[in-house]
Amino acid sequence: MRFELTPRTNVSPVMRALAPVAAFIVSFLIAGFVIWLMGRSPIAAFEVYVTQPLSDPWSLQELLVKATPLALIAIGLSYCFRANLWNIGAEGQYVIGAVLGSWLALRTHGTEAGLWVLPLMLLLGIIGGALYGLIPAFLKTRFGVNEILTSLMLVYVAQLILDYLVRGPWRDPKGFNFPQSVTFDPSATLPPILEAGRVHYGAVFAATAIVLTAVILGRTLFGYRLKLTGDAPRAARFAGFSSKATTMSVFAISGGLAGLAGISEVSGQIGQLQPSISPGYGFTAITVAFLGRLNPIGILVAALVVALTFIGGESAQIMLKLPLDLTQAFQGILLLCVLAADALVSYRIRFVARGGGK
Amino acid sequence: MTTFEAILLTIVTASTPLLIAALGELVAERSGVLNLGVEGMMAMGAACSFAAAVTFDSTLLGVAAGMLAGALMAALFALVVLGFAANQVGSGLALTIFGLGLSGLIGAPFVGARRDPVAPVDIPGLSDIPVIGRLFFEQDLFVYASIALTILVAIYLTRTRSGLTLRSIGENHTSANALGMPVWRVRFWAILFGGACAGLAGAYLALVYTRFWSPGMTAGRGWIALALVVFAAWRPGWLLVGAYIFGAATVLQLHAQAAQFGVPSQLLSAVPYLATIIALLLLSLRHGRAIGAPGSLGAPFVPDR
Repeated sequence: MRFELTPRTNVSPVMRALAPVAAFIVSFLIAGFVIWLMGRSPIAAFEVYVTQPLSDPWSLQELLVKATPLALIAIGLSYCFRANLWNIGAEGQYVIGAVLGSWLALRTHGTEAGLWVLPLMLLLGIIGGALYGLIPAFLKTRFGVNEILTSLMLVYVAQLILDYLVRGPWRDPKGFNFPQSVTFDPSATLPPILEAGRVHYGAVFAATAIVLTAVILGRTLFGYRLKLTGDAPRAARFAGFSSKATTMSVFAISGGLAGLAGISEVSGQIGQLQPSISPGYGFTAITVAFLGRLNPIGILVAALVVALTFIGGESAQIMLKLPLDLTQAFQGILLLCVLAADALVSYRIRFVARGGGK
Repeated sequence: MTTFEAILLTIVTASTPLLIAALGELVAERSGVLNLGVEGMMAMGAACSFAAAVTFDSTLLGVAAGMLAGALMAALFALVVLGFAANQVGSGLALTIFGLGLSGLIGAPFVGARRDPVAPVDIPGLSDIPVIGRLFFEQDLFVYASIALTILVAIYLTRTRSGLTLRSIGENHTSANALGMPVWRVRFWAILFGGACAGLAGAYLALVYTRFWSPGMTAGRGWIALALVVFAAWRPGWLLVGAYIFGAATVLQLHAQAAQFGVPSQLLSAVPYLATIIALLLLSLRHGRAIGAPGSLGAPFVPDR
């Protein structure tokens, strides 16, 4: 028994749209099996992971809070992935954006700084993330260094920079030696959209990024250029599109959005700098981007779905004593299933008896 | 034993897991498959080997479990990238995310447990030579195995028929397929070998290097192994050199941290990662682009009909 792959000639859009859904169901079944192996009830786990968060207003808000950074980062990554460039260092760009933006919050702490602080912080967040994202892009375009490895290595460096700052120069002197900065002033805090609500303005930024990206990808020359660079690099060169300029711009965009996600999370959600400011949003966003098929609307849906696994994971840890690592393992399996489902849509798999066929 | 000798000994211990994992990846990449899942397979190797070693109180069973775990992870990767011709970069990343998560689940009950040191194997006579005697001839079996493996992989790739087949498939899978070479089968075994090596490297980390298990203990070593393959221009001999340079950088920064030079410890901790970037940069500066990369590396294979 062996199998053969044949490219499908015409793929229906329905199948393309259903592939991630099928992938999601398969990964749920696998996760259920793992939970069963661990001696727990998969049905009780499903209840905690999915049903409860979706039926509780507090959790629904929390869902939007968690989906915000995921959507922002994943939207940025979709530019890179469309151009077939592999920025896997969004986690680092997120951290550096948060650090640069927080610098202003800490500098103006305790002063009568006005309304200009917050917009400038957000801008610094974008700039920090973009500049950090441009490092691997520059190394790639100028020297031909593989962007996968450099962007990933820079994640570790960014985390160490943050660690140094909150344990050293930026530590709150009145913080009982805890490694954390002072709590941001109200002028440096991203406010909630609704009074007393949990969802901060980062959600608005994410929504804006999604709409803008839909327009850019569908309606502009730049969007066409990305698609061409990814699908047919030779044709893109003949069309006069510089692959270097494309590389630099997509890394700047994805780094900038990751940086915006970082500073929004710190100033809108955490309220201070700590050694850890992300449960791995930058890596999970890769899963979100692919689950959403690199499509803006798809990414919105995928960010909400994957945010659910974070919230479900947290409550499962408390209620069922299921470790948080289960969530990460699930996200990995989900990405594998999504990629496999993508391939299944593009190819027909035929099983051929050994000796038969070719 | 002087401090200097002790430092040299730890360099060997720090380099060995990098060398083993990178050797496995090198073979997989030479067959044309880019597996970015090394970090995840290594983490699984560490967790499973430690769990088995503590449960059965046997280092040997631990090592076997680690290699098996790495190979099983690799088989999953092979299914997705060979069977479904899925994107290799994405699938490798997914494997890393999955492996880091699952290893956390497997290792959690064993946090706090410790293993006894693995006894070094002393080669009589040779180990009495001052300085280099202890360094080269009184190491644990893994160190000897890693050196032997380097030589075997080098011989396999350059001197055997099967190794030549593997390389031709990596250079151009379409031509190799037209010549009747079994692309899928060769790649499957190459991926599996890579997984077993990553698992072995993880087992070494958990059973020899730290002798305990903690979450995230691989600390990016899988990624450094991937960079080493590029750095070595896909040649086993250079891999040996590269792994030892990196091992030395890791150990020296640890000693520098202990010595407290007034440099922030985080800066020193960043040395291995920065060194990786600089090494890749220097390599590109010298050669213009990554030399020695197999022609079909990372491209999904779908035979023409």
